[in-house]
Amino acid sequence: MTQVNYFLTEEQQMIVDLARQIAVEKIIPVRAELDREEKFPREIMRDLAQADLFGLYIPEEYGGLARGCFENCLAVEQLAYGCIAVTTTFAASALGGYPILLFGSDEQKARYLPDIASGRRLVAFGLTEANAGSDAARIQTTAVEDGDYWVINGTKQWITSGGEADIYTIIAMTDRKKGARGATAFILEKGDPGFGFGKKERKMGLMASSTRELLFNDCRIPKERILGRRGQGFILAMKTLDLARPGIGAIGVGLAQAALDEAVKYARQRIQFDQPIISFQAIQHMLADMATRIEASRALVYSIARTIDAGARDVAKLSAMAKVFATDTAMQVTTDAVQILGGYGYMKDYPVEKMMRDAKVLQIYEGTNQIMRNIIGKALNKEYAKK
Amino acid sequence: MNIVVCIKQVPDAQSVHFDTEKGTLVRGEAEAIINPFDLHALEAGIQMRDSYGGEVVVLTMGPPQAEDALREALGLGADRGILLSDRAFAGADTLATTYTLAKAIDRLGPVDLVLCGRQAIDGDTAQVGPGLATRLGIPCVTSVSTLEVLDDRKTMHLRRVCEEGYDLIEVEMPALLTVVASLNTPRLPSLKGKIRARKAEIPVWDAQELGAEPGRVGLVGSPTQVVSTSVPKFEARREMLEGSPEGQVEALVARLKEAGIL
Repeated sequence: MTQVNYFLTEEQQMIVDLARQIAVEKIIPVRAELDREEKFPREIMRDLAQADLFGLYIPEEYGGLARGCFENCLAVEQLAYGCIAVTTTFAASALGGYPILLFGSDEQKARYLPDIASGRRLVAFGLTEANAGSDAARIQTTAVEDGDYWVINGTKQWITSGGEADIYTIIAMTDRKKGARGATAFILEKGDPGFGFGKKERKMGLMASSTRELLFNDCRIPKERILGRRGQGFILAMKTLDLARPGIGAIGVGLAQAALDEAVKYARQRIQFDQPIISFQAIQHMLADMATRIEASRALVYSIARTIDAGARDVAKLSAMAKVFATDTAMQVTTDAVQILGGYGYMKDYPVEKMMRDAKVLQIYEGTNQIMRNIIGKALNKEYAKK
Repeated sequence: MNIVVCIKQVPDAQSVHFDTEKGTLVRGEAEAIINPFDLHALEAGIQMRDSYGGEVVVLTMGPPQAEDALREALGLGADRGILLSDRAFAGADTLATTYTLAKAIDRLGPVDLVLCGRQAIDGDTAQVGPGLATRLGIPCVTSVSTLEVLDDRKTMHLRRVCEEGYDLIEVEMPALLTVVASLNTPRLPSLKGKIRARKAEIPVWDAQELGAEPGRVGLVGSPTQVVSTSVPKFEARREMLEGSPEGQVEALVARLKEAGIL
């Protein structure tokens, strides 16, 4: 049967094949154990590093492969086919690395990017706080100048790879009176004085990913750790998320594809009323919708990622579309996969139970899907005002 | 450290079929892979190179498409690949194969270590490693499961797996080792390696290039001929025993005695 032709180059196909090989050989065999024991996938991160995948989006001069958002999407889609907790850990390093690539000084890039590209050091991105989620302007962590230092105080919450990453890009308020324009980004390193980690969160899914608080208690860092200019923190966060969100869409595509594969495989061999249940239209129609939505999500994510790589500016709307559609699809498809597997689907013996638990976070993190719709809606209003 | 790894492209056991009438493998539809044992030999070579410097050269003898196996090896981290290919090489048994490989290794110059998989999963002879060592005039240790290089960078301490345990062996380089799967875990390819491999030039050495005597390569140089091959037949029968548990046990024991199992 003909598959959609996305006209991948030979090199892009190599990325797909390699990421898929890692998913099949390294991730799938251990995903249930990682999930059950909430184990951080350190070994798999080493495999991904060895495969050069951490450097996909980083320029060659820093040891990367100088590819773009699209190649990153291709890689995470395949990894997510194996496990999205592992993939989230991988993708979080890019989320923390993009700000340095986009806003870092030459010295900062030379100091951090080679280690990020090689996977020697993992990165985390710290924006969210207890009282600042969708309303990121409410962040309360402060950074105050003190001679040659910045002194940071506050707590970041639900930070992916917290405690496991070596480098942290965080947003703190430097001028509270200015609201969103008073936020500034900083680079923190594990071991900085006054920088510690809070409790490990207990979650519904995404078990293999470490989610912790970042605690700043009179944390003193040298002045040159400021990332971008003072007051640029929000722009930096938004530009970073614009680049990262199609990747979350791609994670949704990979996860949904894995759930569909399980559902079709099961429906073909499960016999009820003397026939495989795939012969019933009730099941066929569910599978047909799942498959169609997945292909539509993939096409949307790919074309938006390619648009971004072609140098488009002001991509907030498109990147929100890629995220919202593909992750809503992942939630729907994984839920339907559990339904098709019935009682077996609800058991931990089959992988779709974990897939459905994991899928939920895709609609929440890196901007909730409600916020995604706000972004799209606002952009439409702006576009049509010009017409 | 100059390391040569000999690899073979074989049909993937999971996709190959056997034509029972013709008594041959149906290779056309089978995917070609690097012989799994050879991947462990390659991994050992790459690890040695990374620890002690030098280079890893991968050799294979085969048809033009065996180049794919060499590119895969380059993607995994080998430095160079050389394809030994010539119509005259076709049909070689292990005698002719080791002659051809030895000619190629001679041409490469001084070598510290030659690594091979224990055996190929298609021919299963396990003769090429030892035969090649004999031709090169260097010691051979087969079925190596652990490997340690001493500080003089010349002496190796090895474990050789045997039927009831293992032998501890000390050997000096240059030497040839054939390795088993428990030696290491082959790495995954890297993207940079694959990109480099795609562009790499792979020289093809033919009989003339090697200065091989025509009567000693390929089918002509092979005293062994395969007369026929066959797949053993497995016959399974099923019989349901009924009655009381005691009765079933008695019936089962009787059947097993009848079959000569008890």
